[in-house]
Amino acid sequence: MRLKRMKRELEILWQDPLLALLVGAITISLLIFVVYPLIAVFIKGFQTQDGQFTLENYRRFATFRYLQNALRNSLLVGLATGVVGVLLGYLAAFTLTRTDVPGKQLLHILLILPIISPPFVSAIAILLLFGFNGLITQKILGLQGFNIYGFKGVFLSQVFTFAPVGYLTLRGVLESLNPTLEDAAMNVGASRWQTFRRVTFPLSLPGIASAFLVIFIESLADFGNPLVLAGSRFPMLAPQAYLEITGSFNLPLGAALAVVLLIPSLTAFVIQRYYLQKRQYTTVTGKPTLSASKIVSPGARVGLYALLTGFALLILLFYGTILVGAFTAVWGHDNTLTLDHFRYAFSVGFDTIKDTLIVAILSTPISGFLGMLIAFMVVRLTFPGKGAVEFMSILNFAVPGTVVGIGYILAFNRPPLLLVGTLSILVLNFVFRYVPVGIQSGIAVLRQIDPSIEEAARNLGADGITTFRKVTLPLIAPAFFSGLVFAFVRAMTAISAAIFLVSAQWNLLTVQILNQVGSGRLGVAAAFSVILVAIVIVAVGVISRLVPRQVARIEIMRAQEG
Amino acid sequence: MAELRLVDLVKEFQSFDSPEGKVVAVDHVNLEVERGELVTLLGPSGCGKTTLLRMIAGFEDPTSGDIFLGDRRINDLAPNKRDAAMVFQSYAIFPHLNVFENVAFGLRLQNLTEAQVQERVNRVLELVGLTELARRSPDQLSGGQQQRVALARAIVMEPRLLLFDEPLSNLDAKLREQMRIEIRQLQQRLGITSVYVTHDQAEAMSISDRIVVMNHGRIEQVGPPLALYARPRNRFVAAFIGDVNFISGEVVAPGRVRVLTETFPVADMPESLRPGQQVTLTLRPESVELLSDPRSPQSQFSGEVRRVTFLGGMVEYEVQAEGLGSLVVHASNPILRGVLRRGDHVGLHIPPAALHVLP
Repeated sequence: MRLKRMKRELEILWQDPLLALLVGAITISLLIFVVYPLIAVFIKGFQTQDGQFTLENYRRFATFRYLQNALRNSLLVGLATGVVGVLLGYLAAFTLTRTDVPGKQLLHILLILPIISPPFVSAIAILLLFGFNGLITQKILGLQGFNIYGFKGVFLSQVFTFAPVGYLTLRGVLESLNPTLEDAAMNVGASRWQTFRRVTFPLSLPGIASAFLVIFIESLADFGNPLVLAGSRFPMLAPQAYLEITGSFNLPLGAALAVVLLIPSLTAFVIQRYYLQKRQYTTVTGKPTLSASKIVSPGARVGLYALLTGFALLILLFYGTILVGAFTAVWGHDNTLTLDHFRYAFSVGFDTIKDTLIVAILSTPISGFLGMLIAFMVVRLTFPGKGAVEFMSILNFAVPGTVVGIGYILAFNRPPLLLVGTLSILVLNFVFRYVPVGIQSGIAVLRQIDPSIEEAARNLGADGITTFRKVTLPLIAPAFFSGLVFAFVRAMTAISAAIFLVSAQWNLLTVQILNQVGSGRLGVAAAFSVILVAIVIVAVGVISRLVPRQVARIEIMRAQEG
Repeated sequence: MAELRLVDLVKEFQSFDSPEGKVVAVDHVNLEVERGELVTLLGPSGCGKTTLLRMIAGFEDPTSGDIFLGDRRINDLAPNKRDAAMVFQSYAIFPHLNVFENVAFGLRLQNLTEAQVQERVNRVLELVGLTELARRSPDQLSGGQQQRVALARAIVMEPRLLLFDEPLSNLDAKLREQMRIEIRQLQQRLGITSVYVTHDQAEAMSISDRIVVMNHGRIEQVGPPLALYARPRNRFVAAFIGDVNFISGEVVAPGRVRVLTETFPVADMPESLRPGQQVTLTLRPESVELLSDPRSPQSQFSGEVRRVTFLGGMVEYEVQAEGLGSLVVHASNPILRGVLRRGDHVGLHIPPAALHVLP
């Protein structure tokens, strides 16, 4: 029965041979570039240096306190960052969706700024502010030998980096809760606090749990902040795996650590995706309500606004520090303004900047189109193994970059797939790592588009590919462009997987920044960061200019349709 | 030869809710549609009419059975290869294209010159009265205008078959009546063979050459609107099309039935019925005559008015008739004939041809 159905589905797919080939090609490339590297990591973890089967790597994990601590520390930081990140994110999202405080637009932009920066920009800012020569610790508070390294440094840096992720997630959740529900609760006599506690909060609970898990996953996967700020007495898994490979040349142990890192990430991902997402309440019906909610009392409004502004100012302080640091001769000692760091950055790093741009410009459109194509396949086509394809395509959400990076060097180091050291391995890695966001937004938009619009195109004589090109693609343009922005930003700012894949020929800005931090040239690192953020901002501006005017109109239509 | 032929068509959907693991949406349907004819598929929601239409369009695959367009079996033809244009319930207008480009969409996929496309689109836009709005984007159109775009986009293809999936269900009542007249006139003028799905029996009666009444995936009855209304084959058809009263009677002789003490002639009585057999009769509300004087010589039954609903052109009464139970009666022309009141005692007269025996 099941086989018969699969056969039938294949037959239907074959009516459109081009589409069938495309489905096949995408499935195969997902297997090669997503699944195969993970399998390679898994196998390597059970091998000795010369390829014999062994349990030694995991035995070492069980005996060495140091490696166990790495796991414990990573989980600890992940949980703490998750809790505080969600708290801050909810506060920001609630304030900006439920009150009419001034400067909402500006606050929103400040809050999402950390998302478009390389994740360890905050780490550099923290070193400049709280390090041995830190502006605050040494100059203002006069502390000598204050040590920011360890839990507090990583935690502070990650909260700064990932609270914005929580904010964006929870903003979506709170926006999709119909404020009329709150009006209704108050209408039957609930006080403001009761309304929040018994209506708003319970309804946003699945979203809160979901945001927590997303931050937890990102924190576990984070590589840059721990590498800069953890220090040798506070080992963490992701940098430890890297150090085993590049420092001790122990690839099997590195792979085993990667597998250990993968387990909590995948668990959190599966809970988030297959348990929580089904429980999210979306209560938007009819026309969106524009009126400000009455749920926030004047006193609470001031309190919330103060907290939010405080956090925004902290973000501003961090970025200001980077900017000033990039123009300061020697931070903490010689405060004269100088362009030396930029001069140096351009002289040693010009090729790196060029390489980074090439990689980003190549991978962004591929990732964008692939994302829309897969979203289309998942939502609109039936074919055997569709669930597996969907899972594979978004799996990289959950897999820490470190694991992917190790997987790629293991998987693509011999013919016919000898890619190590090439441009292709960087591009492929970025394409398949950052395609899930495009897929997710594509799926969300496609599910809103009436399927009969595509049926109408088929009915008028368009085949599957033509329908996708002439009807579906223009309609999912908003998702397409947001996927593009995300892919570009991530290609510019990613480090955890890329650090394994760069080579003498092809180097990336983020790796360069980390090297400068490593050799203590914080000013140059800051200069590189400024250059990187500037490129990202310009590029995001350009991409949003490209968005056809139709897109805005479709958005309006969709809003009208409710 | 029939233009469209459905032979023993079955569609099953997998279902985890039903004990058999499947739901039969369309159950052995046979139907022929002649060239130029407009046939309506009518039935309650879930009766399989839309599934049937979507199988003809190619959006659903039949579980078994055949679909012929002319002499060609089209079961395995992809939807974009079928010469059957569809007007969708939601209109399915491409939101990113203006009116002209929406209508031109299908033509542009063929090897036509730009001049030919322009010519054909403009002709059709004029036909549906949208010439002025050609450059408008869909979000600037009213519901009725969007409906016309959907119609134009289908007929510009000059299809062999035109399919309508509840095309008027999103319009308000007034516009719906106006559009159904326009659609019918256009269809007759162009002579396109059409299959039209609706759950609105008034729409079906006003627009169709023939109506196919469906229920639970099966065809209950096929025929011209008047035939279905006057001689329904069973209770379902009788009740689904128009209002109806069911009365029980007894066969006294071929072509004659007795209701209480009165004997009536009936046409089309099945020959299998024998005298003494109990039968169910249908009586349309407008066929009954109400007499304000129950003692009038014409009066066959007497009753009492229980409910009065004034509807403008007519009045609907619910009458408790002695021995017959509750009857719905429609009286026309209330301005001239006046309106009875609740509690009034009335006489009822049933003309000879008003009763129909359900087989």
